[in-house]
Amino acid sequence: MQTRKATSFSYLEQWRRWAPLAVLIALCILIGLFNPNFLSTGNFIRLLNSAAIPVVLCMGATFIILMGSIDLSVEGIVALTAVIVSLLVANDITTYKLGLFAVPVAMAIGGIMGLVNGVVHVKLKTPSFMTTLGIGFAGLGIATAILGGLTVRIADPTFRYLSLGRILGIPMAVWIALAAFLVALTIQQRTRIGAWIYAIGTDEVTARFAGIPVEKTRILVFALAGLFYGLGGVLAAAQFGQGHALIAQGRLFTTITAVVVGGTALSGGVGSVVNSIIGVFIVVVLANGMVLMGIEPYVQQGVQGLLIIAAVALALDRSRLSVVK
Amino acid sequence: MNAPSSIPALEVRGVSKSFPGVKALDNVSFTIKRNEVVGLIGENGAGKTSLLKVLNGIYQPDEGELLVDGRPVTLASPRQAFDTGIAMVFQEQTILPSLTVAQNIFLGREEEFLRFGLVSKARMNEAAAAELKKVHLDIHPGTACAKLSFADRQMVEIAKALSLDSRITGNITILLDEPTSVLERKEVELLFAIIDDLKKRASIAFISHRLDEVLAVSDRVYVMRDGKVVKEFDGKDVTEKDMHQHMVGRQLHTEYYREARQTACSEKVLIEARALSKAGAFRNVSFALRAGEVLGIAGVIGSGREDLARCLAGHTKADAGTLEVNGQRARFASVPQATAQGVGLVPAERKVEGLVAQFSVAENMTLAALPKFVAKGLLNFGAETAQAKSWIDRLKIKTPSPHAMTGGLSGGNQQKVVLAKWRIAGVKVLILDHPTRGIDVGAKEDVYELVRDMTSEGLAVILLGDTLEEVIGLSSRILVMRDGEVTASFEAPPGGKPTQIDLVQHMV
Repeated sequence: MQTRKATSFSYLEQWRRWAPLAVLIALCILIGLFNPNFLSTGNFIRLLNSAAIPVVLCMGATFIILMGSIDLSVEGIVALTAVIVSLLVANDITTYKLGLFAVPVAMAIGGIMGLVNGVVHVKLKTPSFMTTLGIGFAGLGIATAILGGLTVRIADPTFRYLSLGRILGIPMAVWIALAAFLVALTIQQRTRIGAWIYAIGTDEVTARFAGIPVEKTRILVFALAGLFYGLGGVLAAAQFGQGHALIAQGRLFTTITAVVVGGTALSGGVGSVVNSIIGVFIVVVLANGMVLMGIEPYVQQGVQGLLIIAAVALALDRSRLSVVK
Repeated sequence: MNAPSSIPALEVRGVSKSFPGVKALDNVSFTIKRNEVVGLIGENGAGKTSLLKVLNGIYQPDEGELLVDGRPVTLASPRQAFDTGIAMVFQEQTILPSLTVAQNIFLGREEEFLRFGLVSKARMNEAAAAELKKVHLDIHPGTACAKLSFADRQMVEIAKALSLDSRITGNITILLDEPTSVLERKEVELLFAIIDDLKKRASIAFISHRLDEVLAVSDRVYVMRDGKVVKEFDGKDVTEKDMHQHMVGRQLHTEYYREARQTACSEKVLIEARALSKAGAFRNVSFALRAGEVLGIAGVIGSGREDLARCLAGHTKADAGTLEVNGQRARFASVPQATAQGVGLVPAERKVEGLVAQFSVAENMTLAALPKFVAKGLLNFGAETAQAKSWIDRLKIKTPSPHAMTGGLSGGNQQKVVLAKWRIAGVKVLILDHPTRGIDVGAKEDVYELVRDMTSEGLAVILLGDTLEEVIGLSSRILVMRDGEVTASFEAPPGGKPTQIDLVQHMV
């Protein structure tokens, strides 16, 4: 009996897939033409360094968005874990000196915050949008309350090495972000949860029919995202050498922008952590380029805002949408 | 451990299942013997798919029992059905485009490929390749399903069900719900060859609207109607004609459909379609609708009649052909344009598309004609309420007041509110898509009465009936559609109506 070949899909979908990478390359060339300094090794390492924390945060957020949910608790969890880790290492307020042992503790607290997100969202059936917004604010509140609005200064050089130390001339934070990416990639590609995240984001009914424990998976993925945010908080504290409630300001917007600009669909099921890496670099390169070109900070913020709208508008297949809310 | 082969592989005893407003299954008994292919036929809504969904653990029966190999079982989920040896190929596909072919085939059952918590893609792809071989699909198991055509996805769906074969030691049963609707001729033949081969090891239930297919593969055929099994044919000595006869069954009640009030249609053409086509939906549809006429359109799911109705009402645009309203060329780009030209659609999904449940009766009634109630930029609530009151009286709508929330009314009364909405909007042509779905008998008669009222006032109705009986009883002319084309046209004057068998022959 004859066999048949798979039919290929449309050019438009092909283009959509590669668009983020094309945008990144075009941006690099454009900025490079304006200012040759952009292409220097020094600037390249600076780019990598400023991408490190966004990459770590995006790894968590990507999984959430792939499930079709959203996580707005990024800043709250990052701030809380940064404050806690600052208080646990040698510092000017408390007497704890846990050193690097403070890192798993801070990550665990991030994980617990994520777990709370997941449990509330799944058990109370509250939309992830409101749940994570609420938990995020709670995190910010706790972080502010712990310090009474003050700043804690870190006096532990080993801990700060996590961000500032260098291996092969590349900052430690970049290596940690790389490790976080590899872990996320493994989860996405090689575990059951990875496939289930896509299945839930594409069609939850089918996922349920296939026997996937949908609720458990959702809770687990929110907890996993919390772990990544906890690591992000640790890196932020190590980078600035201090902890305070406002340390995470602007992180939420950068994270969601990067994930979406990278080509992961807010509707779920489409995208990957690799896309998010490209998304982070688009955001970081654009910011870096605008600094090099001497563009005012407020204008930069405006450009970022337009970028996220452009990305969503480009990625949508409007022919299939009848109702938009 | 296999039970003796005289015990049926699967047996359903006295199963009933109700949904609000409908009895989907009514005391159904049904068996699939070992190594047997059972065909399941019936009109749309006869309960075929509901029955398979009970067998697959998607629906829980209200009454009755299920026996697998003679043992009573409760199937709480499709996963549990799978582990019991029952797999289903769905009419609406369940292949997820974001996953690879192999991931789809083994979705939710990845544990057999786990090593230290990680899925071995190599082993999973290898196992998937073995399943793909059974359906002769020459694609890499690592291909993303988004890249596959619909027909290929259907074959993957079938491969997914067949993966049961090598994973369950006992007897297996495969349920196929319209597996051929997206397949080409060659693939259908391939599927039949697969079914033939599978019979040696499995029992199969097969739903299709194409009776020739059912005849070709089935050892036994069940006919369903209105949620009941009405006939069981043994052996292969059954003809398509026999099947038609039992699919439709009932005789017409002329009284019920108010045939005496059927109006002779005038010469005035309200709407005329010439060679209307839309890719993937319908082709070359022509008709003229005259004032006072009820034009019934008969066809099974996929016949294109729903698409045609939506196109006529401005929900979608046709690719080719022309439409004339009152002798003027018309091209509807939107619903308001169609409304302005006097064409309205009463959709089948009343709660989703026809009404805003949280709005009051008066608000719903005036929704399509709001500009008529606006004075100096503000809504004139007095006029709105007065208009609503007059229609509530005229259509005998049972509502506590014009300001009661529409969602609280019964299905029949809700449908009347939808009809009033289009009457207030002043439409001349009303397209009714399953106007009596899910409403009780009394309310149905009210709707029929309203249809007669409209035609006697010189309006015209296009009817996509809930049952063939309804189409025949109400229509003055009937078009039959199959696979997007008009296959037959019948005049249906009172006393000279075509029979259901006449229509069914051209439908399937």
